[in-house]
Amino acid sequence: MDLARLQQKDENQWRIAPHGKMRVPAVIFASPSLIRDMDDKVYEQVTNVAMLPGIVEASYAMPDAHWGYGFPIGGVAAFDPEKGGVISAGGVGFDISCGVRTLLTGLTREEIESKKERLADTLFRRIPAGIGSTGELSLDQKEMDAMLRGGAEWAVGRGYGTKADLARIEENGCMAGARPDEVSDRAKKRQRDEMGTLGSGNHYLEVQHIAKIFDRRIASTFELREGDVVLSIHCGSRGLGHQIGTEFLTRMAASAADHGIELPDRELACAPIHSDLGEAYLGAMRAAINCALANRQIITHLARRAFSEIFPNAELPLLYDVSHNTCKTEEHWLGGRKIQLFVHRKGATRAFGPGHPSVPEPFRDVGQPVLIGGTMGTASYALAGTSKGMEIAFGSACHGAGRSMSRHQALRHWRGQEVVETLAARGVLIRSRSKRGVAEEAPGAYKDVSEVVEAADRAGLARTVARLEPLICIKG
Amino acid sequence: MSEPRWELLPHAADMGVRGVGRSKAEAFAYAGIALTAVVTDPTSVVAKDSVEISCTAPDDELLLVEWLNAVIYEMATRKMLFARFEVNIDGHELRGKAWGEAIDLERHQPGVELKGATCTDLKVSRDAAGQWRAQCVIDV
Repeated sequence: MDLARLQQKDENQWRIAPHGKMRVPAVIFASPSLIRDMDDKVYEQVTNVAMLPGIVEASYAMPDAHWGYGFPIGGVAAFDPEKGGVISAGGVGFDISCGVRTLLTGLTREEIESKKERLADTLFRRIPAGIGSTGELSLDQKEMDAMLRGGAEWAVGRGYGTKADLARIEENGCMAGARPDEVSDRAKKRQRDEMGTLGSGNHYLEVQHIAKIFDRRIASTFELREGDVVLSIHCGSRGLGHQIGTEFLTRMAASAADHGIELPDRELACAPIHSDLGEAYLGAMRAAINCALANRQIITHLARRAFSEIFPNAELPLLYDVSHNTCKTEEHWLGGRKIQLFVHRKGATRAFGPGHPSVPEPFRDVGQPVLIGGTMGTASYALAGTSKGMEIAFGSACHGAGRSMSRHQALRHWRGQEVVETLAARGVLIRSRSKRGVAEEAPGAYKDVSEVVEAADRAGLARTVARLEPLICIKG
Repeated sequence: MSEPRWELLPHAADMGVRGVGRSKAEAFAYAGIALTAVVTDPTSVVAKDSVEISCTAPDDELLLVEWLNAVIYEMATRKMLFARFEVNIDGHELRGKAWGEAIDLERHQPGVELKGATCTDLKVSRDAAGQWRAQCVIDV
């Protein structure tokens, strides 16, 4: 993207003034070098989102923004339902509530080093991953609906994890307002055997060591210590979320004109929040959020069980669980008063700052943990939400590295076996059933996650707390 | 007119698929093979079992999205990959058949999972020479 097309507000904040049919400005948070590497399509998409009815303040793009469908990935936009605000399936994404959770192991890198191979093999055997994999439970209609209403709370009720986990999940593990009756039979069928599966693509389960602490005070609150080992899980709502996304995208595209919505592009398909279709999507999307939370909860249980085979005394308490692809009802300050907004975050993490009532009590003084997933060869990061982030982007931050190369290009550059061997030589064990999948996910196909995190930190969206480097990566 | 074919279009995060054919139906059928190509080499898939797939939509472009989504749904729930498609389009009604086999992890080495077809880069068009193109971005 050409820097000349943007107005620089500060070192890491850029503005596009409203023009044409834009109702609000667009704001991009990134360093000059990240902007230069950004696809021009991000410019197009972030300005298109600014044209949607009821949008407030600005259409935002996070430092890892890239070309998505409708909204850019890394896009954040808040809508006021009382001003004709809309909800968009493309503004949430198909992998509804895809997210990251991190568990503390209480072990140090030295303690696991000699047992790393066995741990990698055990986790790989116990965690269903990749195309066509199925979970250990199959849900009938009644259980499916209970899961869609209850989320991680349902999973804990069925013996997956503990009640203490729930306090460490956004929404306390259960998204209110879910409507299983708005989830189609096809979506439920697609999910029936997929509970507790990791999926494929950029999803993973990683054992990581804490390589560096940036903020000692917050790290100590998060109980992160240099040299300690953590386990992170990145996955979403599986087939159910994908099916809900696809069905509502076409329904919204076909009915936009009926709702009097003029779309700059069909890909921005949306419906008024106060409409039958808008409410139906909200109910279905919230059910998909619960599906993702339940899915990560089940995988957590499987990972704990696998870990205990090698380390019988390890407990693996949950640090936190964040979701990336959501639309949530939140209260924010706008023009001197607190109002209810529908905040879309697509490939963006909620990053609530200190003092926010939704942040779990142990973190209330420092802000919520913001978990940023990296590649299997580089690093992931733990950040903390800030007060400034609440003011400049409705409490939102980046979500990952973001691809810099298409899967097809990656296949031409790398062979899966080669990637596995190179990483093994560096002490990172990869376990995957698909060599093609590994090649497509080669670390070189992604942007520099450290640069993305640094830009988020410098823009004030979140504060860098710790750098987590992979030791074991289970890939789909 | 060139031969009917499938193509993958570059997209940083996801993947674009395109079918090119002598008719709209043929372009849709080849767009189906492009879906398989996102996951694995389509020539590695044996056209053994068949599945009937039908859908409707208010216009050609949404019909392509519905068609690709219907194929993705069958792939996901039957855990199959498809090597060949036959498509008939009558107005805004599509009746199709897909031939393929169950996924074999060793042989197919499947890459990424398909989530769904999107309205991004969505085009169904006919050029001056009468050749049809049907394309869109797939979320993976």
